[in-house]
Amino acid sequence: MVETAAYRQGADPASTPRAPLGRRARLPRAGALVRRYRLAPYLLLLPSMAAIGLVLIWPVIQVALYSFQNYGLPQSDGTAPVQWIGLGNFTTTFADPEFWLSLRITVLFAATAVTLTLVTGTLVGLLLHRLGRVMAVFVSTSALLAWATPPVSSSVLFYWMFNPDGGVVDWALSKMPHWLVGSTDWAGFNWTTSSALSAYTVATVVVVWTAFPFIAVTVLAGLKTIPAELHEAARVDGAGAWAGFRKITFPLLKPIFLVLLLLSVIWDFNVFTQTYLLTGGLGNRDEYNLSLYLYDKAFTFPPSYGLGGALALILTIILLVITVGYVRASVRQGALT
Amino acid sequence: MTNTDMTALPRAVPRPPRISPKAARKTKNTILNGTGLLVALLTLFPIFWMISTAFKPSQEIYSLTPHLLPAHPTLGNFSQVMSGQASGIGSFWLFFRNSIAVTITTVILASLISLLASVAVARFRFRFRASYLIMLLIVQMIPGQALVIALFLDFDRLGLLQNLSGLVLVYSAQALPVSIWMLRNFVATVPRELEEAAAVDGAGPVRIFWRILFPLVTPGLVATSIFSFITAYNEFIVALTFLGQAHSDYTLPIYVTYFFNRGGAEWGPIMAASTLYTIPVVAFFLLVQRRLAAGLVAGAVKG
Repeated sequence: MVETAAYRQGADPASTPRAPLGRRARLPRAGALVRRYRLAPYLLLLPSMAAIGLVLIWPVIQVALYSFQNYGLPQSDGTAPVQWIGLGNFTTTFADPEFWLSLRITVLFAATAVTLTLVTGTLVGLLLHRLGRVMAVFVSTSALLAWATPPVSSSVLFYWMFNPDGGVVDWALSKMPHWLVGSTDWAGFNWTTSSALSAYTVATVVVVWTAFPFIAVTVLAGLKTIPAELHEAARVDGAGAWAGFRKITFPLLKPIFLVLLLLSVIWDFNVFTQTYLLTGGLGNRDEYNLSLYLYDKAFTFPPSYGLGGALALILTIILLVITVGYVRASVRQGALT
Repeated sequence: MTNTDMTALPRAVPRPPRISPKAARKTKNTILNGTGLLVALLTLFPIFWMISTAFKPSQEIYSLTPHLLPAHPTLGNFSQVMSGQASGIGSFWLFFRNSIAVTITTVILASLISLLASVAVARFRFRFRASYLIMLLIVQMIPGQALVIALFLDFDRLGLLQNLSGLVLVYSAQALPVSIWMLRNFVATVPRELEEAAAVDGAGPVRIFWRILFPLVTPGLVATSIFSFITAYNEFIVALTFLGQAHSDYTLPIYVTYFFNRGGAEWGPIMAASTLYTIPVVAFFLLVQRRLAAGLVAGAVKG
């Protein structure tokens, strides 16, 4: 009804020129304000800042606060007061041998998985660069499939392949000669519960299988930027493949390798999905990595959000230190321009 | 192919060839192709094994000598998954619908917000631009495990825990840093002159945005959509924590996990479920493969 009235008014010959003028005059005023104070970029950033601030930054601040409190179930539903306990959560954590075990597992796993992923990925990248077109498409498509497989699927799948009851890997190992695979009774070997070492061997296989394609594709993209003349010149000078890689490819792709190394370290340091599934939920305490240990402290009954928060803070700080290296490498590459 | 190689790599190698260069090239190519084939087969084997197991009847799955292909292929595992009989908490379709709803909403929301932000970063020079970009790089590294404790408590108070919209909120925010980071390079490649010409012709900023910028950054939006698609479709720890016992709200990864953890694992139905979970994302990847490579090169590997 109001609209109709406005329309009628607009149709009135006396007000016809005025109505559009009034509308036009109001719009530029907001626009002028935006232009005058150069607000446009800030307005465009507003939604992203709100989302990132509320969902990614505020929780980290909260967790940092919890880590100095006795925050648990009674505190979260308000039946008991929140108390500041200083460094209590941290001293409890550092006094727990399980924490040190999980830290050791995390570091060893990250070191192994990162090395294997980078080496495999680089080798496949070099291979892709030298293959003919059809074969290159075939290999990179297969790699892409591995990369696209969701972590939950790949963990469940490898758990099945490494299963003592009917797992194809156990069967294949049991058929191999003892001098090659050792005298373990592979046919019934339970990878996921035998020891942390065997469980994390499976986790390493899963992670390398999923992550090497990204390295390979990125290295390939880098290789394509190197002029072919460089390698030809080296070959004319009698340099072999290894010397060519060490003296030409590696130095030229060093920035890319640095970024890939830091990214892989970050990814493998906080792997959760694969280890959660492969070690049987939260069932095996001596197979925890830092993430599982954190999750167990925070959510297994009775939940201790304070202890979990302290661990989250420790994990975040470790990752932040690596990230600073990543940011510096990216900035040096001119990422901010 | 071979011809260009011949000219590109002259036989001017000083070392005296023991065998004819042609034969050497042939062996080299055979070795390369053989290695390529081996890598491809090794990479594909797990996926093949998952699908093969999904079609096997139970006595074949647990037989002492596994067979590559099912001797008596069956759809029994799939029908158990579809009917919900195997998991006991519902049909595959229920969880598929949940996952797709969460994923598509996340993709749309994240694309929209990151497009706005990337225009700001690529088109304007303003005071906190560098700090904003560095903030994105840092925030992108914060692990889900560190966030999930506070998010769980906050979303509990907001009543968003056992609820798909809570997941959409978290996933959209998680997808933003990388999306903005990738998209700004695409926005930067759109020539400013086009926008200026449109402005001279009297087009307002909103019109310029939709009519000029938006169509031209579509390849970039495809690349970032892939990223947010994976983020939402694969996410595990937040969904695991938020959904708890709300079976009917489970997304696919949590459904597969529930199924897998239930004890007395029946590998046939589990493999059928994880095959069905994997197919959409793999199909999506194959569909956009070429653009994906372009997006990766333009976005992630700037050097």
